[in-house]
Amino acid sequence: MSLRSLAYLAAALSLGASVCAFGADEAARGHTVFEQWCVACHGEGPGHPGTGALAVKYHGTKPALLEQRTDLTPAIIKFYVRNGYSIMTPFRKTEITDAQLDALAAYLSNAGRAAGRGGAARAAAKGQGSG
Amino acid sequence: MKVPPGVDAGQFAQAIAQFKQIVGEEWVFTEDADVALYRDAYSILWGTPEERLASAAVCPQSTEEVQRVVRIANTYRIPIYPISCGRNLGYGGSAPNYSGSVVLDLKRMNRILSVDEARAHVLVEPGVSYFDLYRHFQEHNVRLVIDTPDPGWGSLIGNALDHGGGYLQAPYRNHFDSHCGMEVVLPNGELLRTGMGALPGAQSWQDYKFGVGPWIDGIFSQSNFGVVTKMGFWVMPMPDAFFSGTVFAYRRDDLSAMVEEMNYAQYSDISNGMPFLASPLYGGSTLVPRDQRVVDYLATQPGGDVSDEQLQAFGKANRIPYWSVILKFYGAERALRESWEYCKQKFAAKVPGVTFQDGTMWKFPLREQDIPHIHKPEFGVPSLDMFVRGARTPAHPQPDWGHIWFSPIIPRTGEAIFEANRVITQILTDYDLTDSYRRVKFSVPSAYWSHSFVLIYGFAVTRVPEKDRKTVEGIKMLISECAKHGWGEYRAAPALQETVVNAYSFNNHALLHFNETLKDAIDPNGILSAGRYGIWPKHLRNKT
Repeated sequence: MSLRSLAYLAAALSLGASVCAFGADEAARGHTVFEQWCVACHGEGPGHPGTGALAVKYHGTKPALLEQRTDLTPAIIKFYVRNGYSIMTPFRKTEITDAQLDALAAYLSNAGRAAGRGGAARAAAKGQGSG
Repeated sequence: MKVPPGVDAGQFAQAIAQFKQIVGEEWVFTEDADVALYRDAYSILWGTPEERLASAAVCPQSTEEVQRVVRIANTYRIPIYPISCGRNLGYGGSAPNYSGSVVLDLKRMNRILSVDEARAHVLVEPGVSYFDLYRHFQEHNVRLVIDTPDPGWGSLIGNALDHGGGYLQAPYRNHFDSHCGMEVVLPNGELLRTGMGALPGAQSWQDYKFGVGPWIDGIFSQSNFGVVTKMGFWVMPMPDAFFSGTVFAYRRDDLSAMVEEMNYAQYSDISNGMPFLASPLYGGSTLVPRDQRVVDYLATQPGGDVSDEQLQAFGKANRIPYWSVILKFYGAERALRESWEYCKQKFAAKVPGVTFQDGTMWKFPLREQDIPHIHKPEFGVPSLDMFVRGARTPAHPQPDWGHIWFSPIIPRTGEAIFEANRVITQILTDYDLTDSYRRVKFSVPSAYWSHSFVLIYGFAVTRVPEKDRKTVEGIKMLISECAKHGWGEYRAAPALQETVVNAYSFNNHALLHFNETLKDAIDPNGILSAGRYGIWPKHLRNKT
């Protein structure tokens, strides 16, 4: 599990339902789907074609990493998973079920904000303010 | 609901209802949006009347369910098309050859049935991907190394059945060769096990390939004679270390000698990894790009190109090699260094002026921090890194919609490389085709298969019908012209399979006629994967 994902889960668990649009269980399920199906292309670092493509597409106006995006809605995520784009193929329901897609969409549509909260929480824990 | 051609709508509805009883309602897909997920996303025929489309999909979870589905299909004469993971992109995907077929999606059959580290083999179902097996090995600390193709999301079984390959030692990187034992559901629903698996209570199904009598496993690859539901594979034991060394040669005429020494090193098992031939001057290989100084130099030349002689002179002046061979070694560290020293002596004695460069000595098991620095498949680590070719990049701002491969087998000689490039480059020029994976004219072949070269060209799928139609025309010309020179393809996408198979025409297509005879005997109703690799059932033969 990546640091960002841990930060997300910590934020989801500690900040409670009032600031989380969905539960920690669904977050964990969505994260598992992301790790199984998405991270090979949309992970961090070189050798990730999806991340590389989005970096070129957005030229820094948006994060290239999906887990850092704060503008992804569940509908957008579902659209791309079921329709694909460019060399990203659609995913069949035997690969990502509708229930798994719900979890993934919930996870990614909150991951960026949760990572931000997690970052703030980590910084606060180190006495460095919320920066 | 779409209905397969030649099937009565009422009968199809009955079959669908029975499929639902077998696999569960939620695992039969007939709605347009769900069936659309079975389109071949990399189809060169995308959006045209010729695109191959499914009518429905059925997704069993066990061999027994596959048997029952196949029997129903036989009863109602429903064409079905099994897929494993459906990720044979560039060579197929998840769409059938014959439009209107019901896809038999085996992805839910994803069990790793056995892993025997001491005997170095596994037994898996069709839905198991290279990623799945890798995760299993990691979680259970299994000291075996998977031979994975560049994209790791495909099925071990599907890839082997379509003659895919990887990067490890020769016995493993030919994935069909590395299999040991199959379980097959025949078109009548009968269950068959091959090799030792035919012996009830067999103790060595994954240890000995042949059993007794004719070895029939081959007929279930690139064919339509059965649904493979289990397959065993031999897997490489984890070595202590991996080492590579590179040999550089500086004259165009050195190629034949370089290939001969490369072959010797591999055939005599001194270098036991996959040798990798490249050309820093030409570019033309996937893993070794053209030297940037050459790129810059050519950009200043009229037409962006120079003659081979000028290129060699530029290389000589700048110490840029014409050719390189990377030799790879798996085993004990001391032995690897000794083997590399021996290879250096052999090359130096054969090719004047060669130079050498040592690679890194990598230790197994790899550390997490090693992985970003390696070509992952050479270490048994699945990835999707190769999709960077075709994706949006700074050098390729308008991304592709996939690719289609053209992959002729040629002899393992320098002469064959030059001759094939001469023939193929002319056709690429005539049809304005560019190999979208190298983007240079000269193509250096790969040595996946132990005794041949394969030239691999990837052509972009644009989803602009006129452009893609021209690509198909060009590839078909390549297939027919290569056939005139004795070069045939090892694998092809459905849009090209008939053209490829028709080129294998020795003695008035005796091989195809034999396969058709088998088809009629094994699958008399012609329900299974009609048209796959040019094998049509009797009722569709010569009509498509």
